[in-house]
Amino acid sequence: MKHDVIEKNVGLMIILTLVALSFGTLVELVPLMFAKETHEPIAGLKPLPALELEGRDIYIREGCNNCHSQMIRPLRAETERYGHYSVAGEFVYNHPHLWGSKRTGPDLARVGGRYSDDWHRAHMYNPRDVVPESNMPAFKWLFDNEIDAQRTPKKMTALSKVGVPYTEEDIAGATAAVEGRTEIDALIAYLQQLGTLLQSRR
Amino acid sequence: MTSFWSLWIIVLTIITIVGITWVLFGNRKREERQTDKTTGHVADGIEEYDNPLPAWWFYMFVLTIVWSIGYLIIYPGMGNYPGLIGWTQVGQYDKQVAVADEKYRAMRDRYLALPIEEISSDPAVRKMGMRMFSNNCAQCHGGDARGSYGFPNLADNDWLYGGTPADIKTSITAGRQGSMPAWGSVIGEQGVNDVTAYIMSINGRDANEKNVSAGKKVFQTYCVACHGADASGNTAMGAPNLKNGIWLYGGSAEQISHSIRAGRGGVMPAHADTLSEDKIHIIAAYVYGLSQ
Repeated sequence: MKHDVIEKNVGLMIILTLVALSFGTLVELVPLMFAKETHEPIAGLKPLPALELEGRDIYIREGCNNCHSQMIRPLRAETERYGHYSVAGEFVYNHPHLWGSKRTGPDLARVGGRYSDDWHRAHMYNPRDVVPESNMPAFKWLFDNEIDAQRTPKKMTALSKVGVPYTEEDIAGATAAVEGRTEIDALIAYLQQLGTLLQSRR
Repeated sequence: MTSFWSLWIIVLTIITIVGITWVLFGNRKREERQTDKTTGHVADGIEEYDNPLPAWWFYMFVLTIVWSIGYLIIYPGMGNYPGLIGWTQVGQYDKQVAVADEKYRAMRDRYLALPIEEISSDPAVRKMGMRMFSNNCAQCHGGDARGSYGFPNLADNDWLYGGTPADIKTSITAGRQGSMPAWGSVIGEQGVNDVTAYIMSINGRDANEKNVSAGKKVFQTYCVACHGADASGNTAMGAPNLKNGIWLYGGSAEQISHSIRAGRGGVMPAHADTLSEDKIHIIAAYVYGLSQ
């Protein structure tokens, strides 16, 4: 083929570039969009209740996922420390997922139930109080801020539009469930349920 | 994966490999080495030679294509085709775990068969125990096991739930749930102050005589059930000794008052579902050994 034909015709070059680039997507990504393993929730998985959902939004707002991953890889060194490796079915209701890519702090995929609520409060108020060598920032304002309960049903409605199976009752009861709760309550409720569906003894 | 998507992947992958091979060979120039031919591009008088790719570069491309074919035959990649050696990510993980189990679990199982009193001073157990403690316990109890505000010191010989090997093992396996109720609404603010004074007095600290005697009465009514008539505590319910000067939630008058007024509920999480019995045994031996 003559180079000139492509090089002197921008439209054709754009189309051919897109075709060349699309193969990777078509082979590696598109089949996963239709695969059972990535769409079926694991046994017992339910959409996050109102308080936990608000906690998740605080987790995102404070950027926890910048330093903590939520993805345990199938490597012995990881499962030995964190528990069972993560599977796709655990994340089907996550929009967006919070897998993260950097571990300044430890992975949190299975932090649920590992520490008491009191520990989380102490740790979030000042991490150095319980872990002297920690370089995690303190999150003192979470203890003062209250959840904006009016927004919770709207968040649930938005999530149900992308396939999270919230029921009418969930949405109707959301405001009452988070009314008057502080942000620290919500964040701890979110952390305490992380990864608890898939346990294995290390 | 359904056979449709399997076929989709296989066909597209083959098209890709054939396509790049065609692009590579279709554009290959046969001319030997450098010529004076140019592409005809001129920019500010600078022209571009129309030379073939350097041979090493060309053959490296060829090598990557050959590599990909070999890879796709040996490893899974072509849809549902499992690859010649049947490698899977989980399979590799299971193998790693099996190798480690054979090496370490057998060793730990040897200790599991021995009583904790016996192994708690074994240097190998202490070393293993310390590592496991660092991974699983130090977050609350501290790297030196001396605890912190709200999290018990495990290196002294004062125990909320008992310090025998069996007690320690139960604490780790099944967890503990402290439940000091909030007495503020029951005994009133005056009652809280009186009991605080009484607690101070039995620790040999200064307190108002009148408050102490009133506090003693309240204590005898409400507190003895768990803390005992002599305030020495009860390990069956995790009620602390109140007269040995060891304070989980601080020993200032203010902190003692707060504990009485608002209650306390320290939680030790259960590890039955996350740690195997052999590891719990070794951690228990390590913790037991700290105060021996």
